[in-house]
Amino acid sequence: MIQVSGLTKDYGARRAIDNLTFEAKQGEILGFLGPNGAGKTTTMRILTGYMPPTRGEASVAGFDIISESLEVRKRVGYLPETVPLYPDMTAFDYLMYMAQLRHLENAEDCVDDALEMVGMEERADGLVGKLSKGMKQRIGLAQALLHKPEVLILDEPSIGLDPGQVVEVRKLIKNIGQERTVLLSTHVLPEAQQLCDRVMIINKGQIVAEDTPGNLQARLVGAERASLRVRGKADKLLPKIQQIKGLENASLDSDGSLQFHFSPKKDVRPEVAKIAVNAGFDLLELKAVGMSLEEIFLELTREEKTAEPESE
Amino acid sequence: MRNIWTIARREYDLYFISPIAYIILFTMMLVLGIIFGVNVLGASQAGVFGGYVPDTTMITNSMVFMFLLSAPAITMRLLADEQRMGTMELLLTAPVRDVELVLGKWLGAFMFILTLIVMTLVFPLMLNQFTVPGIDWKFMLSGYLGVLLVVSAFLGIGVGISSMFSNQIAAFFTTLIVLVLLWWLIGAPANLLGKGGELFDYLSMQTHYYDSMAQGKIFLEDIIYYLSLTSLGIFIGTISIELRRWR
Repeated sequence: MIQVSGLTKDYGARRAIDNLTFEAKQGEILGFLGPNGAGKTTTMRILTGYMPPTRGEASVAGFDIISESLEVRKRVGYLPETVPLYPDMTAFDYLMYMAQLRHLENAEDCVDDALEMVGMEERADGLVGKLSKGMKQRIGLAQALLHKPEVLILDEPSIGLDPGQVVEVRKLIKNIGQERTVLLSTHVLPEAQQLCDRVMIINKGQIVAEDTPGNLQARLVGAERASLRVRGKADKLLPKIQQIKGLENASLDSDGSLQFHFSPKKDVRPEVAKIAVNAGFDLLELKAVGMSLEEIFLELTREEKTAEPESE
Repeated sequence: MRNIWTIARREYDLYFISPIAYIILFTMMLVLGIIFGVNVLGASQAGVFGGYVPDTTMITNSMVFMFLLSAPAITMRLLADEQRMGTMELLLTAPVRDVELVLGKWLGAFMFILTLIVMTLVFPLMLNQFTVPGIDWKFMLSGYLGVLLVVSAFLGIGVGISSMFSNQIAAFFTTLIVLVLLWWLIGAPANLLGKGGELFDYLSMQTHYYDSMAQGKIFLEDIIYYLSLTSLGIFIGTISIELRRWR
């Protein structure tokens, strides 16, 4: 459905994406994960026919994105990062306008279907400019779903939605992804884990990892991390807990809490707690610290560096 | 074709919910009404002494001047606003050719002004009632054809310039400057040079109107001039959108 090979885009001297190669099959939800400026939006804009690449080839739904751009655009539903809406139009009129530009037969039915899919039937006659951010996002999504596209490209689809709506939208994307191809970008890791069949992590325009969310998780979580907080100064506690076997990298944080890593095979937390209490400290808090996206990137780049000499 | 029409229809509808369009519409009719009233009244008083009979150029020539000032306000938002609102991304990823987009925008603006021009027909009709033996219809239609062609070129240039900006005000002033340049200033060297200044005289927008259609004379050359200028504007608009993609 989506085939990309050697895709490169330069903005002047800056290289936004560098030699990307990947594919997405029908019935697959492919997640694009990466920090801001990693090249997610650029890649999506190229695939939707908004801008041509500097180098490389790509085809969407069997059509070349450069020479058959109009055919590609007919078959792609696209929700850009900044939702493109006309504030002076009603939601219904806006979708009708898009339906007419796409030459849809039974345009009115298509609009009604799309509004129903995103749960906005009741606000169809309201001005788009008066809608809340989450509702605007959903109208934008309705616009992308209007023509029941073969390929759906969504740039940060759940941004600006409240938690209830996020669940709804994810459910919707999951449903669509069963038959069609979905490429979505996000920088929310749990979202990618829940939704995607496959995740691609992109950083500085390059793919740094590509796998199923489960595999990726397993590869990344080599060590778990926890933080401990006691009443008073924890510096005297530090040497004591450093003696525990299986505990690594214990350090004192600037806010007075202790941070430490341990292997998932041996949970040292009960021992840490016991030592703290025995040493006469009042234990206030002991919690697991999740891995943030930034740390995953650090982890990934570190992995790449150590992996390189082996492969050569 | 269908896309051009869809885009034009939306633009046309949008004018009727924007204040600027109503201001232009109202001012236009008011000023034309005053000009009409003053002329007819003046002529009727002078008529006692065997004075002149007013013709429709007072309407058409005034309209051309007012469109020169208002066309930039009509076209300024056409593509600039799409750029500002981010909806350009929507249009450029919809199955619509760039040229269809620009043509649709131009047509929407043209249809709006056409509506206005149709409304001004009330003045020639009244003049026909007030004068004996009535007005020269061929002369009037020639003038109106001239207005349509001039407006077409104004809007073509305006839409082309609107494509280069994401700020409406910048688009407005640039268009106004270019129109003033093409209408008046470019002809100035012709007067200074006398012989040898024919090129400037040819380029000047106003000679193709005042020297022909405003006088009831229709030349193919003038029609081609205005249509070329319109196409040039639309072409520039298309190219500038294309360039935005490559940027």
